Amino acid sequence: MLAIEDWFRRLYDASGINFTYIYDGYDRVRFVAGVLLTLELAAICIVASIVIGIIGAALHGSRFRITNALIRGYVALFRNTPPLVQLFFFFFVLGGLFTFPTSRGVFQFSNFTWAAISLSVYYGSFNIENFRAGVESVPRTTVQAAEALGYRKGQIYLYVILPLALRFSLPALGNTTVSLVKATSLAYTIAVPEVLYVSSEIWSDQLNVPEMMVTIMIFYVSLVSILVFASHKLEKRLRIPGYSAGR
Amino acid sequence: MAVPVTSPPSMQPRDAAPELRFSRKTLAAAFALSLTIVAIVPLYGAFAAASDTRIGVFDSLVKWAPLILKGFGLNLLMSLCAMGIGTVAGVLLGIAQVSSASWVRRIANAVTAAFRNTPTLVLLFMAMFLLPFELRFGRLVIPLSPWLKAILGFSLSMMAYVSEIVRGGLQSIPTTQWEAAESLAFTRSDTLRLVIIPQCVKQMLPPWMNVYAVMIMSTPLASILGVNEGLTITRSAISAEGQPELLAPFYLFLLALFFIYSYPISLWTLRLERRYAINH
Repeated sequence: MLAIEDWFRRLYDASGINFTYIYDGYDRVRFVAGVLLTLELAAICIVASIVIGIIGAALHGSRFRITNALIRGYVALFRNTPPLVQLFFFFFVLGGLFTFPTSRGVFQFSNFTWAAISLSVYYGSFNIENFRAGVESVPRTTVQAAEALGYRKGQIYLYVILPLALRFSLPALGNTTVSLVKATSLAYTIAVPEVLYVSSEIWSDQLNVPEMMVTIMIFYVSLVSILVFASHKLEKRLRIPGYSAGR
Repeated sequence: MAVPVTSPPSMQPRDAAPELRFSRKTLAAAFALSLTIVAIVPLYGAFAAASDTRIGVFDSLVKWAPLILKGFGLNLLMSLCAMGIGTVAGVLLGIAQVSSASWVRRIANAVTAAFRNTPTLVLLFMAMFLLPFELRFGRLVIPLSPWLKAILGFSLSMMAYVSEIVRGGLQSIPTTQWEAAESLAFTRSDTLRLVIIPQCVKQMLPPWMNVYAVMIMSTPLASILGVNEGLTITRSAISAEGQPELLAPFYLFLLALFFIYSYPISLWTLRLERRYAINH
């Protein structure tokens, strides 16, 4: 470990290439904290957006016109407005409205919470579309077979449609998840100390912009590669011949 | 309990009728929705003006709207420029991804993967910090203003997306087409130009439009570079007025602008997608 630190210190002396977060303790701590916060934000948003997607797709297929229209409006609105402006709207407008005086001071959601809410809601609208497309590609005959076997509506959705729809929508779901992980960098704009934010702090202190840029790029590319690998693995594991998107 | 089997499966073609009805309904819903959004802003303004003795919210919005619209125009201009540059570069990179020389293929793959999987915000920072303040060619000096740098940053990310679309499109053409062209003594570039590309252009159009939609949605990121586009102007307008009740209508106004521009495009994309879909 020390040898590696030493090597990078000598690299800086010899060439001016300065990876401070490897040998400088202070920079390392904040960089690692930033990486962890990015992972946390991404994990929360992935789970929340998938939950929104499943519920939204179920409501979309329901008999009630009003829920249909609401879901459709939500999807259309959020998909066709910039996520950054949405984030600002959530943080500055709704964040301003959601302040309650309590006995222990003023209650407010943190900027991390608002980033998580905003990104989940935005990518939830994408996942609704993904799951809806998956539900639509479940063959009607399969549903009719389940009806003939006496399944109730909820049971059909839970035991027949959802497992198959999940398989059909996995590739699209993977793409959305990749965009989501990349979009966590938007939280930089409301000063959530995730990896881009701490990197900007480091490069303002140490003036090593190119090094930090390369580092962030490698970080995101490897994170996305892991995700893509995992989603391919999952696709393969869940594969039933005849019931996957590629067919 | 009666089992609700509606009709024999052979009577129901899987996606003809309901899809059409769906798209018509969506269109109507969308139109109503965008009208409501546009109506919300003045209504809210009028309401606030009636309840407020200071200069009304609506009045300030009217005062600032031309400037915000101008900023929004810059957003559109940036998106169009970036899309133009990104498309040209992306098509070349995409063709390089299916090149017969393995080193060209590998480099093109790596470049595409690197720029596709990096957040646009990071690419913007790269464009901002790593590009020089001005370009000098002997006596000719081209100053690189922030919005030019932003366009370059956006183009990088678009180039990678377009490259991936082109690669997918080219590879969707059966290899027998390549072999047939080869047996007719077409050169490789002629095969691409005369046989392969004409067949896959249609299928690449909807994803290309999707990418354009993504592009528009990411243009407000340029406000972080200090470009005077819609979001920057909206924020400075709010801070210039210094009234917190302006926050909601101003942001809603900007969101509505983006929505009105982007929604027709996404509907059109959906229609093209349906029309050009390959039926399995």
